[in-house]
Amino acid sequence: MTDASIQASTLREDEASFGDYFALLKPRVMSLVVFTALVGLLAAPVTVHPVIGFCAILFIAIGGGASGALNMWWDADIDMVMKRTKGRPIPAGKVEPGEAMSLGLALSGMSVIMLALATNVMAGAFLAFTIFFYVVVYTMWLKRATPQNIVIGGAAGAFPPVIGWIAATGTMSVEPWLMFALTFMWTPPHFWALALFMRNDYDDAGVPMLTVTHGRRATRVHILVYTILLALLAVGTAFSGIGGPIYLAVAVVMNALFLLGALKIWRRDEEDSEQDNFKAERSFFKLSLLYLFLHFGAILTEALLKPFGLGGW
Amino acid sequence: MSFKPQHELHQRRFGRNMGVGLSLAAFVVLVLAMTIVKVTSGDFKFPQAQAAEQN
Repeated sequence: MTDASIQASTLREDEASFGDYFALLKPRVMSLVVFTALVGLLAAPVTVHPVIGFCAILFIAIGGGASGALNMWWDADIDMVMKRTKGRPIPAGKVEPGEAMSLGLALSGMSVIMLALATNVMAGAFLAFTIFFYVVVYTMWLKRATPQNIVIGGAAGAFPPVIGWIAATGTMSVEPWLMFALTFMWTPPHFWALALFMRNDYDDAGVPMLTVTHGRRATRVHILVYTILLALLAVGTAFSGIGGPIYLAVAVVMNALFLLGALKIWRRDEEDSEQDNFKAERSFFKLSLLYLFLHFGAILTEALLKPFGLGGW
Repeated sequence: MSFKPQHELHQRRFGRNMGVGLSLAAFVVLVLAMTIVKVTSGDFKFPQAQAAEQN
């Protein structure tokens, strides 16, 4: 074997870098997981040692990232078709599907065990259940089976604050479930708005999004209904143990804006949307990101002010 | 004789190895820090002492 043949057999121009493996963990989704889990952990009525708190958030984030890698492994065929996901490491040919699966499984096991050791077994069990729910229930089953995929699958993304709370307290109460409900109810309008202006993507991939199965008019109605229910829940949360005047002010303003956005989407027809390239739908989607960030930010602010005699009612 | 400039692929491989190495080192430091915190916290008991207390 000559040097040239060794070169040819071992060098791959598209070989993955460390960043490609990191991209498998869906860093953007991870940042949402980190933030909501951190709020769950800090809003809990107990003090956690900073090192333990840091470990808890890190392992929750790694668990979330692991489920992202398993999702990319399973959905590689869909990602290859959709414009939004074509550049991901597997469809781009940088990482083999098997590598993504191995990484996902290894990090899942590691994160669950380490979270249980760092905090408590209940937190570890909840993280394991979240990974199972996202990978098996959502990715493998619901995503390709029902237009309600986003609704039920949204539960997986809503678990982090609950895990953060349990990691801190070792017990369960109603407050973390209010944070769960907030994210759970927020997910459908957020993704349906995206589906409205990315319709062709889901069509091509054969994913039964509501826009594909029930049409765009029905999707607009669904967005409005979910936004109304979300507004009731979000404002109602202000009067719970994690709420307070700051949260109430944020919730009233943000939900008024969100409702206005949903009403705008509901009133519009396809012709209006096509004319301005889905301006209202795009701005509703952007607003939804700010919406969740500000609600959880307000919960965090209330919690951080409590030791100073402020925050809460 | 001059050395060939490093191929971009080798840089990428070096970066990948460095990333894995640093991640593992960070994990070791984290486990050490976690252990210190757990052992020095007030409610820590060695298993024998815990069993003796229960009897």
